[in-house]
Amino acid sequence: MRVKTEIVSTLGFLERNLSLVRRYLGWEIVFMTYNIVNALTIGFIGVTQGKQFVMYLTIGALVWGFLSVLFHEISESVAWERWEGTIEYTFMAPIHRFTQLFGSCLFAIVYGLIRTVLILFFVALFLGLSLKQANLGAALVVLVVSGLSFIGLGLVAAILPLMSTEKGAQATHIMEAVILLVSGVYYDVSVLPKWLQPLSAFSPATYSLRALRGALLEGKSLTELWPTVLLLLAIGVLLIPLGLIAFNQAEIYAKRTGKLKRNG
Amino acid sequence: MNAIHCRNINKHFKQKKVIALREIDFTVPKGETFGIIGPNGSGKSTLVRILSTLLIPDTGSATVFTHDVVRSPMAVRRMINRVSVDAAFFKKLSAWENLRYAARLYGVPKKQAREKTLAILDSMGFPKKRFDEPLEELSRGMQQKVAIARSLFTSPILLLLDEPTTGLDPRSKKEVQDFIFGLKRQTDITVLLTTHDMAEAETLCDRIAIINGGGFIAVDKAERLKDRFGVNDLEAVFMRSTGKEWEESEQDAEGRD
Ligand SMILES: Nc1ncnc2c1ncn2[C@@H]1O[C@H](COP(=O)(O)OP(=O)(O)OP(=O)(O)O)[C@@H](O)[C@H]1O
Ligand SMILES: [Mg+2]
Repeated sequence: MRVKTEIVSTLGFLERNLSLVRRYLGWEIVFMTYNIVNALTIGFIGVTQGKQFVMYLTIGALVWGFLSVLFHEISESVAWERWEGTIEYTFMAPIHRFTQLFGSCLFAIVYGLIRTVLILFFVALFLGLSLKQANLGAALVVLVVSGLSFIGLGLVAAILPLMSTEKGAQATHIMEAVILLVSGVYYDVSVLPKWLQPLSAFSPATYSLRALRGALLEGKSLTELWPTVLLLLAIGVLLIPLGLIAFNQAEIYAKRTGKLKRNG
Repeated sequence: MNAIHCRNINKHFKQKKVIALREIDFTVPKGETFGIIGPNGSGKSTLVRILSTLLIPDTGSATVFTHDVVRSPMAVRRMINRVSVDAAFFKKLSAWENLRYAARLYGVPKKQAREKTLAILDSMGFPKKRFDEPLEELSRGMQQKVAIARSLFTSPILLLLDEPTTGLDPRSKKEVQDFIFGLKRQTDITVLLTTHDMAEAETLCDRIAIINGGGFIAVDKAERLKDRFGVNDLEAVFMRSTGKEWEESEQDAEGRD
């Protein structure tokens, strides 16, 4: 009975976010178009250097697009409710916080996948894709496992907006920017200044991009990629519970200090 | 059985160095409508938030139907609902989309939720045809009615109303008050109501607490409060009890601790 209620609540989050997408459709189309154009322009950079480099760049654009959507949707689900002022009502409802966060994650995955497929379609249309030697199955596994680690990162980041609406949102943007810089999205991390390079080891995106490029450009199999896949899995398995625990602690802190909301 | 039982609740907010609640101690039996009146910033909403599991008191304890609000928040959440002074909604979504989301969270079947909320809204004079319009296009009064419907369709046994009629026109106010009155008559719901409308407090509440500077000054029936302060309406009680003399004695109390 309780489990059923929690599942229904998860649906509630999906349904609500879907309604929001519908009501903000204008913005969705604008952002979508921007993202497609963005991926295309990055792909075009590589055209003079040959097909392989175009693929290298578009993989960067697509993977970054997907992972950053996951990170964003989850970390900002709390910030969003704070702007709207509904956070107190969601927190007052008789559901587990896990259900709420799980709902946000589920939506983020579906939304991110749809976005990525759409971008992929346009990239293939304009630039063509060369997947002759690609190992698509391995790539899919890597993507799923990377998703877990980014969900974990998103959960950890979600506690920031719980403490402070504005500063929290600012902090998550900075976090995202640092990950973009050090993970080798459009270049190999070896081109980074020496002092920055160690940071790339801390970003799960570094590993997912390396493994995905291995699978898609060099046709590497899972047997070759397993150390990276395992590492990504470990990051996810570690970060997700850590994020949940941290979220719970942050919620208690917010309720002690009155950070949740102050007017009324 | 007691619907609310608060024991020596203290709450302060560090950022603003304010003491929001001091030594709040009271009991509300099941079925009672308990009013809280007091000046702006006297701690009414803070108390409501503690009972809604949204704030944790520094010291003291509060129970809702014997469940501790800090130790068993889940059990408390299943029994309560709250209306705040600002109608907090996803403003781009319609009333129904907002209520459907709430229905999912509370496990109320969609069809039942729609019928029930429409019936509640109808009895408060909310125009049915605006149910599917984005909330940002509705007037404040209409939004407040939707907020009341949201708090009631989940069948709470303790209803926390934090200034539910502030900012409503006289007719809307009357409709909301009549609705609460009807609810009291027809069910054994317990209501905690804060308001700045003395007439509202007097007609709706069985007992009234006067709060000032975070502490209860008096808790009694309206008639008895008037006798006690030697005046003949509740507004005069408010003025007397929250006026200068009291503030000074409050400051004295603050200086001492
Ligand atoms: N989350 C918070 N953070 C910091 N200070 C707060 C917070 N909530 C309330 N306060 C402070 O605590 C005091 C009591 O506020 P509260 O909102 O409970 O008053 P109130 O009686 O509801 O006032 P009003 O009639 O204006 O609604 C005020 O000084 C207020 O500024
Ligand atoms: Mg208030």
